[in-house]
Amino acid sequence: MSETKLLSEHYDKDEFIGLAGYKKHGGYEVLAKALKMQPQQIIDEVKASGLRGRGGAGFSTGTKWSFLPKNNEPRYLLCNADEGEPGTFKDRLMMERAPHQLIEGMIISSFAIGSKKSYIYVRGEYHYPIAVLEKAIREAYDAGLLGKNILGSGFDHDMDVYSGAGAYICGEETGMISSLEGLKGQPKLKPPFPAVQGYLRKPTIVNNVETLAAVVPIIKDGAAAYRKFGTEKSAGTKFFSLSGNVNKPGNYEVPLAYPMKDMIYKLGGGIRNGKKLKAVIPGGSSAPVLTAEEAEKVLLDYESIAAAGSMLGSGAIIVLDDSQCMVDCLANLTHFYHHESCGQCTPCREGTGWVDKIVHSILSGRGRLQDIDLLLKVADNMKGRTICALSDAAALPVISFVTKFRDEFEYYVREGRSKVKGTVLYAEMHH
Amino acid sequence: MFQLSPEGLGQVKKELARYETKESAIIPSLYVAQKENKGWINEDVIRHLSQVMEIPESRINEVFKFYTMFNQKPVGRHHVQICSTLSCHINGAPELTAHICKELKVGMDQVTEDGRFTVSRAECLGSCGTAPMMQVNDKYYENLTPESAMNILRGLK
Ligand SMILES: Cc1cc2nc3c(=O)[nH]c(=O)nc-3n(C[C@H](O)[C@H](O)[C@H](O)COP(=O)(O)O)c2cc1C
Ligand code: SF4
Repeated sequence: MSETKLLSEHYDKDEFIGLAGYKKHGGYEVLAKALKMQPQQIIDEVKASGLRGRGGAGFSTGTKWSFLPKNNEPRYLLCNADEGEPGTFKDRLMMERAPHQLIEGMIISSFAIGSKKSYIYVRGEYHYPIAVLEKAIREAYDAGLLGKNILGSGFDHDMDVYSGAGAYICGEETGMISSLEGLKGQPKLKPPFPAVQGYLRKPTIVNNVETLAAVVPIIKDGAAAYRKFGTEKSAGTKFFSLSGNVNKPGNYEVPLAYPMKDMIYKLGGGIRNGKKLKAVIPGGSSAPVLTAEEAEKVLLDYESIAAAGSMLGSGAIIVLDDSQCMVDCLANLTHFYHHESCGQCTPCREGTGWVDKIVHSILSGRGRLQDIDLLLKVADNMKGRTICALSDAAALPVISFVTKFRDEFEYYVREGRSKVKGTVLYAEMHH
Repeated sequence: MFQLSPEGLGQVKKELARYETKESAIIPSLYVAQKENKGWINEDVIRHLSQVMEIPESRINEVFKFYTMFNQKPVGRHHVQICSTLSCHINGAPELTAHICKELKVGMDQVTEDGRFTVSRAECLGSCGTAPMMQVNDKYYENLTPESAMNILRGLK
């Protein structure tokens, strides 16, 4: 099975990046159509399409939009382009290859929810995507697609780009709002949810890049056409960022419920260097790891991956071959979460530090057998008791790695070296 | 005493008027100042920004300290940030890092004697499909080998 390029059909063409080329392939025709619809009609269509947020949580987009207060209070649309979940690189592709697709999706969405101002919050490291977006926004203004009275519809909308400055936590929607407000990017307690009280305490919708771009084909051909792809509960196509030990890493757009096996062996060209599949992290580093056996059976939709005990998340698939040491890989992830915890909540701040320390002491050959159960206990205490989901996200890899590959952790403690690769090179570099 | 250039000052003024609140201009202004202060930020820079922006130093300082892209100590002209998170880690980032540090004769987060380079570890840079990779100042270099990376770095004056 090959890709289904509902969004990415023209991503290989350089002309698609500029306004003229985008228009040549039908660009902004959907906006013209949308501006003649009733805003509520658009929301209903998006709801009926079954579109779920592509940023990680998979929440129904149309439902989220309908949480906005039904009055004339000013409101904001924020596009989440912070893309920091390890393994994820699809939003970057979308911004670099099709900035106008995102902008069109954002204008349509803004019209639907009645927002006169939107921001695209892009992670600071993405200098090039930011430059591409800024140029595209200028083109859109010059062509009357942004600003006052868009395409003669009477609808006004302004859009701007905001650059983050290096903090994974700013991908969490309330952390992003804090950051945009000029504060430390620390998450805020929910409720109130952003749809009720968000940016500058005004109702705010936060959606991922891919979610907002998907609004374009949904409004173009309707919910029913979108539902031809995927399943009842996981409708449409989705980008998967495939990386790790595969021959052909990259972004692939496929219908949801596409087999993981085909993703790895067909689109991904199989495992590198003639090695064998050992494990897969199916939805970004926060998603519990799957064994090769589990991974080869699973379908890439929200329900199937949940039934296998993990999460579809952002769609980042990290493939590990049988030469990888699971203690080493986990140590890499615990370092990440410890580094990225914003420190507001004790279970997260202390927990991420503690598990990172324990895993690294095992990695350096100083581990004790009881440390393995201690890891599980500390991770368990990090779950469900914090302001945002980072703490849970940090606990899940620990629990899944230790539970599913316990023998490797025990071997490491007993022998003081990796069961798979003997010495783990540069272990000291983790700190 | 640090002072923004006239162009830098113009950019900060523009950012101050760009967003709904002027506090949103703190991050963009820190970028402008960092660029004009050889890639890092100290108390002097914060003090000057505070005066120019009419925002208390403590407010600017907390933002400065929170984000990793603002450097709290001097860096070389070329800041080499090697992505070290999982997909890069299992595709040669540790070997890449060791090789670059050895060739440049420099430890992590230190400045080379000639002032050209600082090598740092970065967390996931969203380039996992083209691992291993490094970011040098604003630019991404992908699908690296230790040798190709050193060739790129040797070409940077
Ligand atoms: C720690 C953490 C990091 C996150 N990072 C991102 C991110 O980089 N990009 C993103 O779109 N969503 C991210 N999210 C999810 C957002 O909070 C939010 O749910 C999402 O942007 C909503 O958009 P969607 O409904 O279109 O997916 C993150 C969540 C958490 C808890
Ligand atoms: S859970 Fe962690 S990252 Fe989230 S708000 Fe609390 S301390 Fe910060």
